[in-house]
Amino acid sequence: MTASAPATKPVFNDHIVRLFTLAAVFWGVVGFAAGVFIALQMAFPGLNVEPYLSFGRLRPLHTSAVIFAFGGNVLFATSYFVVQRTCQARLWNDGLAFFTFWGYQLFIVIAAVGYVLGINQSKEYAEPEWYADLWLTVVWVAYLLVFLMTLKGRREPHIYVANWFYLAYIVTVAILHLFNNPSVPVVITGAKSYSVWSGVQSAMIQWWYGHNAVGFFLTAGFLGIMYYFVPKQAQRPVYSYRLSILHFWSLIFIYIWAGPHHLLYSALPDWAQTLGMTFSIMLWMPSWGGMINGLMTLSGAWHKLREDPILQFMIVSLAFYGMSTFEGPMMSIKEVNSLSHFTDWTIGHVHSGALGWNAFISFGAIYYLVPVLWNKKAMYSTKLISVHLWLSTLGVVLYITSMWVAGIMQGLMWRTYDALGFLQYSFAETVEATHIYYVIRALGGLLFLSAALIMVYNIRKTVAGDSQPAPALQPVSGSV
Amino acid sequence: MLDKHKKVEKNSILLLVLIVVVVSVGGLIEAVPLFRVQTTIEKVQGMRPYTPLELAGQDIYVRENCSVCHSQQIRPLRDEVERYGHYSLAAESMYDHPFLWGSKRTGPDLARVGGKYSDDWHVAHLSAPRQMVPVSIMPSYDFLNREGLDLTHIADKLRALRLVGVPYTDEMIENAYNDAMAQAHPETDSAGLTERYGTKVQVRAFDGNRDMTTEMDALVAYLQVLGTLADIRNYNPDLAPPASQDKAREGEGK
Repeated sequence: MTASAPATKPVFNDHIVRLFTLAAVFWGVVGFAAGVFIALQMAFPGLNVEPYLSFGRLRPLHTSAVIFAFGGNVLFATSYFVVQRTCQARLWNDGLAFFTFWGYQLFIVIAAVGYVLGINQSKEYAEPEWYADLWLTVVWVAYLLVFLMTLKGRREPHIYVANWFYLAYIVTVAILHLFNNPSVPVVITGAKSYSVWSGVQSAMIQWWYGHNAVGFFLTAGFLGIMYYFVPKQAQRPVYSYRLSILHFWSLIFIYIWAGPHHLLYSALPDWAQTLGMTFSIMLWMPSWGGMINGLMTLSGAWHKLREDPILQFMIVSLAFYGMSTFEGPMMSIKEVNSLSHFTDWTIGHVHSGALGWNAFISFGAIYYLVPVLWNKKAMYSTKLISVHLWLSTLGVVLYITSMWVAGIMQGLMWRTYDALGFLQYSFAETVEATHIYYVIRALGGLLFLSAALIMVYNIRKTVAGDSQPAPALQPVSGSV
Repeated sequence: MLDKHKKVEKNSILLLVLIVVVVSVGGLIEAVPLFRVQTTIEKVQGMRPYTPLELAGQDIYVRENCSVCHSQQIRPLRDEVERYGHYSLAAESMYDHPFLWGSKRTGPDLARVGGKYSDDWHVAHLSAPRQMVPVSIMPSYDFLNREGLDLTHIADKLRALRLVGVPYTDEMIENAYNDAMAQAHPETDSAGLTERYGTKVQVRAFDGNRDMTTEMDALVAYLQVLGTLADIRNYNPDLAPPASQDKAREGEGK
């Protein structure tokens, strides 16, 4: 595993990693399916079933399922796997680790049931009400303890770079959660509460949280995945140690400032908007520094990309990461934002990151993990991994291109004047014009979901121990 | 640099502490001054806390997560001001816990929807959106017509909001239930309500059904007050803000 393995190999706690991996796959399918359903609701509004299955209640179900349930379980699985391997130490406290698993799944279920019943705070990506927030705090502190104590008990002198990112993600998400969610319950026996923050302060804190949920949950955490699994799959060391250090500190420092780009031209004071825009543009550099460090890890091993679809998943994810971290700073420029904000362009941007980067690097890591965790030589079918890759890439491309066109069209129609100087289009006309793009988007989502089901089949077959049908296509790694 | 960094790489607690320091800077600089700087929230006449019925309506707005498709934030751009009205002021959401500015306009902005349509239009539109706007993709909310408004904890709601800074008085809290009922029942005496919340409070059977106080009553009452409170006509950002004028006058007095 690592270069200087100690004489006595510790027995890793892989049971917990298996649990989180299965949970990730399960919630992934649930989250993608919810996404397809609400995408169809936007194309065909008759699919809304009041009151429980209306778009407003299901939208947080989708976002929470994919970000916190799918993404969160991937992060738990990979961080527990990586920290043990790179520290050459067993995960600290089996009981507490086990608690983080069931505690986290319980949080997901509590939150999801609440949304359908109409219990939510209307704060994007922080919808769960106070009691679910409190429960998550308990689980998260346990997570931090397990991770940190494992680091402290390491048998390697250095803390590997992937763990810096994991640690930054765990502790920063804790800080964000604690400051964004304080609220006063109406009655202690009821679900409803009021946020202590109001109006403009509430907006600033919410988007400080919201943007850094992207920055630390979906970026720092997933970069932890990149820094371990890309080198492992490519069997090459990380491209540059120096760049890793620069990447890490500059990324976590700059990200935290970028929140106000969600509030450009709003009632937030100008000085805060300008700070947010400036740091968002600066953020382009550390983002691409990280991407380059990941891509260049393949130096001298590019030929592996030809035959290994797991590596292809990882490299395509880095390409999407590079694209969306260029698009983001661009959309943070006030003039661009005046057009793109409030439109479907934003939705397309989010999905190029979430599907192209987060999901793809997760799929790569899952395909790496499953044979290792279940002690198989390789995945059941390499060919099906390839089918998964291409189907879902096609899905993502349909998704983001349709949303680009839809978003830019909406932005332009809203500001079009006729020859007499009146607004040319009513709002309803822009909704009508978007219909076809909503249909294409739903189709893209359907492809992405179907491809994920192929992964489920492949994992089932692998875990069941069925043999590889085409051994010629066996990936270079996967076995330890 | 690399040698010094080795220290950090070998000490997990030091790494943890440095991460916390580095990620704290940006948030502190951007968020803390908002609570201190006087110019964050403009002084504008007319803002008042929501009446109990409007508040119950806002809670339904939050419950149904309307803000994922409707913004309440008009930007100071020519087309938006023409389409929706005067750009939004920070003061206008000062009693919203949390803010409901939204981030996506699948439907139009609602910051100043109050008074633009009749109650009947809102009820018909919420009940069956495509009856009113054929190309609308909004879900229907017909059940609000049948759902009796739950006012069991309305006083507790006002109390909780006072705890987080909304200036509800003892009297407002005591009379919360009665005020909510009075606002939805024009045939009853609403003198107390208007005394507490001002004479501009709209008192109507918002859902057109006098037999029952429904969730539709509350939601429409909320929609009809949106953007109508702040006295935008007499607000001029180019003049010195009233807050500093007050101070200047105080100075003169001395």
